Amino acid sequence: MTLNHYLVLSFILFILGFAVLSLRRNLLIMLMGVEIMLNAVNIALVAFSRLHQGVEGQMAAFFVIVLAAAEAGVGLAIVIALFRKRASVQTHMFMDLRDRVTRS
Amino acid sequence: MDLAVILLLPLLGSLLNGAFAVKASVTKRPLPELLIAIVGVLFPFLSFLIAVKASLPFLLNGQLAPTQEHLFDWVVSGPFSVSASLLLDRLSVVMVLVVTGVGTLIHFYSRGYMHGDAGFARYYCYLNLFLFSMLVLVLADNLLFLFVGWEGVGLCSYLLIGFYFTDADKAAAGKKAFVVNRIGDFGFLIGLFLILGQLGMSVSAGENILSFNYLMQHVEQLAPVAGWVTFCLFLGATGKSAQIPLYVWLPDAMAGPTPVSALIHAATMVTAGVYMMVRLFFLFNYDLAPYTMQLIATVGAATALFAATIGLVQNDIKKVLAYSTVSQLGYMVLGVGVGAYGAAIFHLMTHAFFKACLFLGAGAVIHALHHEQDIQKMGGLKSKLPVVFVTFTIASLAIAGIPPLAGFFSKDEILFQTYVTGHRYLYTVAFIAAGFTAFYMFRLVALTFLGKSSLEHHGHHHAAHVQKVPFSMQSVLVVLALLSVVGGWVGIPDALGHGLGLHNYWQAWLPFGVGETSLEGHNVHSLEIELAFISALWGALFVGLAIYIYLKKPAWPQNCAQKLKWVYALLREKYFIDEIYNALIIQPIKSVSQYVLAKFCDQGIIDTLFIKGLAFFTQVGGGLVNRFQNGSVNAYVLYFFVALIGLLTWALV
Repeated sequence: MTLNHYLVLSFILFILGFAVLSLRRNLLIMLMGVEIMLNAVNIALVAFSRLHQGVEGQMAAFFVIVLAAAEAGVGLAIVIALFRKRASVQTHMFMDLRDRVTRS
Repeated sequence: MDLAVILLLPLLGSLLNGAFAVKASVTKRPLPELLIAIVGVLFPFLSFLIAVKASLPFLLNGQLAPTQEHLFDWVVSGPFSVSASLLLDRLSVVMVLVVTGVGTLIHFYSRGYMHGDAGFARYYCYLNLFLFSMLVLVLADNLLFLFVGWEGVGLCSYLLIGFYFTDADKAAAGKKAFVVNRIGDFGFLIGLFLILGQLGMSVSAGENILSFNYLMQHVEQLAPVAGWVTFCLFLGATGKSAQIPLYVWLPDAMAGPTPVSALIHAATMVTAGVYMMVRLFFLFNYDLAPYTMQLIATVGAATALFAATIGLVQNDIKKVLAYSTVSQLGYMVLGVGVGAYGAAIFHLMTHAFFKACLFLGAGAVIHALHHEQDIQKMGGLKSKLPVVFVTFTIASLAIAGIPPLAGFFSKDEILFQTYVTGHRYLYTVAFIAAGFTAFYMFRLVALTFLGKSSLEHHGHHHAAHVQKVPFSMQSVLVVLALLSVVGGWVGIPDALGHGLGLHNYWQAWLPFGVGETSLEGHNVHSLEIELAFISALWGALFVGLAIYIYLKKPAWPQNCAQKLKWVYALLREKYFIDEIYNALIIQPIKSVSQYVLAKFCDQGIIDTLFIKGLAFFTQVGGGLVNRFQNGSVNAYVLYFFVALIGLLTWALV
């Protein structure tokens, strides 16, 4: 169990989280992707903290956890608001802000 | 404050008359001519009186130190400063008196000549403005301020030559004068910049670097560039003083009203180039710029002869006088070129008298004949216009170099100085030109005033009716004719005048150096007498010849023209110089402008490549970037991530 194992795990999780975020069209699933990415970073932070025998990494990890909770709260609230608008949580229902240049 | 007042009076007159002209065009009712003429003549006249007052210390008390007046600091930038200040010394005294004096006479004459013209107020406005510009030119104490006047007379010449602007040809003549002069002005400016570049390094603050005084004291610093400076300034002078190669505007400038020709082409603007060179005599000398001086002398002599030959066959009364002016200016430039500055200015002054008289006489003839200008259709006007005849003949005698009239002494002084400074070839050329001068002037007199009237032959419907010449015109002619007689007496050479107890005031007045003479004192004197005698005979010979031929053998010129067809055609068509310029310079420039610059550069490169191209690239680029904005949050996240990776990579590597 060296540092590298932790980092590799963190990397894999981050990539998976990002893949979920960018490939899935369901807002709830996308939020889960974000959580996974945050957790991946947390793993890396704690691993480094362990390596350096310091507490700063763990501090940061706690901050990330708090941030993730807050973000989940806000994110879910937005998702609920959007669901009320369109009765759907698929992203392609919310393309109102897309802008198309009209070619002259 | 005298000098400033001399300047400002004509300007005030110009502004007043300009206001009258504007008022008349607004209310559609012209103001009374008398009021306009009083304003237009009175201000120059007052200016003349004040000029006399300012000149008196020089004339009577032998004052030598120049009078200077500082008006205001015009350009101050770091150590470089140019002030608008005026300078009156012996040279400007001559110029100011000639300009204001002859100018006033011409203003007065115009009252009669322009009577009934719709643009009466506008005419006087321009004329006064012209006088103002010319006075700035001759009173300026530094080169840049002189250039203001230089450009001012250029502008006014454009306005006055193109006075009848409704006629396209006449408007074109005005434009031609302006544009050709701009070429010369370009040379003048380059010369100015060369001087600045040479002196600008070492100037200490507060020095008026371009003032003539400063230039004179620092002339040795200019030595390395003196050749080029004088060459460029001379190019400027060829424009204003109508020398080869820039003389072509002057003959066309006859499109303006006749008094304008008298003012611009006799007394003022055309002398500006000569004046400028004499003013900078410390630059224009053989020690500093030998090649340029040779060039100036050569161009002067060449112009004198060249223009005189064209004058032999012109049939328009004003055209003959125009070429004669170009020719006489050639003499002045020749004088400058051989280092006889005093003689050049002397001839400038006498020429102003007799040429103004000739132009105004021609104006009187044209006025009397209802704007007929073809001398072949005139003749026998002696009895109908006696005053004009007498004055015109006196002025013609003066220009032909018949003693003891003004032109004889001044022209002879130039010829003599040319001879003794060793320019034998140029002397010969100028001498031949003098003969031609006498000939074409008396051809003009004979065809216009003597012989039988040809008016009837040409079915002229005004044949019997020759209009009376008003008093305002006649009086001016008489005054100028008197000046043409006595004008030369201030400069009778000692060799001739000593026996009569006459002194050569002129030489004492403008003691500029002339070139090296290889002769001893009394040899010079005897030589001077010989040359004067020869040239007087030479002039008289051609005067007699012209009168004899055109009165007794009127068929002879036609036969000559028949026999020497191509020579005659060459002269008639003025050596095709206009056509050559057109083919060699104007057309290529036009073609280059039209095809290379307009079609290729402007429409080809700038319009298509830069403007349309830029629009095209923007649109295409926009179309490409537009694809990215597809509204999908997932895609946006991807962009964000890619960008983040990119930034991190860039930051870490």
